[in-house]
Amino acid sequence: MIGPSSIGIEHYIVVSSILFVLGVLGIFLNRKNVIIILMAIELILLAVNLNFVAFSAFLHDLTGQIFAMFVLTVAAGEAAIGLAILVIYFRRRGTIAVDDVNRMKG
Amino acid sequence: MTLVDSLRLGAPEEWLSVAGLGLLMVAAWGGDKAARLIGLLAITALVVAGVLVAPSLTGHLSGSAVAAFQGQYSGDAFAAFGKLLIYLSAIVTLIIAPRFFDRSGGMRAEFPLLVLFASLGMGLMVSATDLIMLYIGLELNSLSAYVLASILRNDDRSAEAGLKYFVLGALASGILLFGMSLVYGFAGTTSFHGIHAALNGPMAMGATFGMIFMLSGLAFKISAAPFHMWTPDVYEGAPTPVTTFFATAPKVAAMALLMRVMLVAFGAEVGAWRQIIVFVSLISIVIGALGAIGQTNAEGGNIKRLMAYSSINNVGFILVGLAAATPQGASAMLVYLAIYVAMSVAGFVAVLLLRDEEGNQIEAIADLGGLSKRRPGIAAALAAVMFSLAGIPPLFGFWGKFVVFQAAVASGLLWLAALGIAASVIGAFYYLKVVKVMYFDEDVGKVTGAGDTPHFALLIASGVFISPLGYLATPWLGGLADGAAAALFHVG
Repeated sequence: MIGPSSIGIEHYIVVSSILFVLGVLGIFLNRKNVIIILMAIELILLAVNLNFVAFSAFLHDLTGQIFAMFVLTVAAGEAAIGLAILVIYFRRRGTIAVDDVNRMKG
Repeated sequence: MTLVDSLRLGAPEEWLSVAGLGLLMVAAWGGDKAARLIGLLAITALVVAGVLVAPSLTGHLSGSAVAAFQGQYSGDAFAAFGKLLIYLSAIVTLIIAPRFFDRSGGMRAEFPLLVLFASLGMGLMVSATDLIMLYIGLELNSLSAYVLASILRNDDRSAEAGLKYFVLGALASGILLFGMSLVYGFAGTTSFHGIHAALNGPMAMGATFGMIFMLSGLAFKISAAPFHMWTPDVYEGAPTPVTTFFATAPKVAAMALLMRVMLVAFGAEVGAWRQIIVFVSLISIVIGALGAIGQTNAEGGNIKRLMAYSSINNVGFILVGLAAATPQGASAMLVYLAIYVAMSVAGFVAVLLLRDEEGNQIEAIADLGGLSKRRPGIAAALAAVMFSLAGIPPLFGFWGKFVVFQAAVASGLLWLAALGIAASVIGAFYYLKVVKVMYFDEDVGKVTGAGDTPHFALLIASGVFISPLGYLATPWLGGLADGAAAALFHVG
């Protein structure tokens, strides 16, 4: 059966899980650039929001949508702080390649 | 419960928010010149918050009598216990910070403010009885902590520590959030008591996944293995006063939060998470001990990295109490946390006192050679901290391990206690190695700088607490922890 009515909560969970896994892989498989990591983090938060909104609609409960608003707000703050830290890091080291973040080891 | 009652229960957080915003204005107009004044005012604000919190520590109120803001927030004795430890750690950080930052161009006005806002976030964490409040508190703390780690803008290691902490912390928050979204979907509510009621009985697959994701995110925040990899780098790279803060307050807050999530929200599903906690606990003990041995043997062994591995090791021991999943276990964890905070404060204040002629910090373990001849007081304090962290009997650190293992045995986890005790013997090796370097190695003449009164006062106060004299406090500390644990387990 094809049509809007056949799209259930499982489909939303599958899509959000795929987005979440892509985000996590984006952090671990990427050896190039810290900016890509910031984008991967946003992807994870979007997967979470999709989950919250889908569950909220499915459960007929507003809490999930309220939670999604909080997550959006915090994500904005997180991105701002991440970029700020990246800027001071770039000023010191002149690079933002992931492989160069290795001054401390052990 | 009326809004006025809610506001009364949430007074410490409201006070800290107002004080923090007010001081932000002082910082905006006063600039870095006002940093010391803001530091003093922030200490005062934290003391006042502590006074506001103290009555609920012995108030014996729990459950709905202390549930504020529609069950989002709980002002019970458990939260009060955590908050007092958090405020104390923040106050210690603010006392030791100015002198450290003097050598790198002075303390910035943001520093005390960030500590204040982080403490506010941590207060919300230990009081949270709802996933939304949990998330807001956790992020307020984490976002302040990322900035604190990289506050020395002209230092390579500080910037790198901030970057690493941010990337891995944001990933952990994402994992935690994904778990919370699944738990919300399968339980249909975000309140801890609601989740407890909804998940009574066999758990749905999705809820189990959600719980494990949440556990992973929280394990990162308490720096338990296998989510510990950020700890050594962040502890080494962050300025030492900030490391002191990271080793104490967020540890208490995240551990208290983990206890509330596991024992209240998932309290009906102990069977589903006990093995995970046991695994995390044992692997933390072993990885912490092995990593620390690596530091004491390595050429460039660093005392702050050693303390980081030691904190991973200690978190493992604290989690033994959580595996017990009883009020006795929770009380033992709180006692251990209180002693651990004192040990960390003593350890890091002693590390801060290791300075060379120009006042530069000395962090390499090899440079501690012959410390006992040059600075017998600091060497004795550091030795006491090491013995206490190892849990060697006359010192107070032993008591923490003892109560935790006692709780584990009482709930039938004798084998876990036996494995834990065996593993603590591995740990004793590296602690003793540091003592050996200080007392029996040749004098390398590195530590020559002078100390100052506030540091020595803190060192003596925390040193007395971890010394055998600390046992005098056991009835009092145990009583408070029992009351706090009872409040946590109270239902209704």
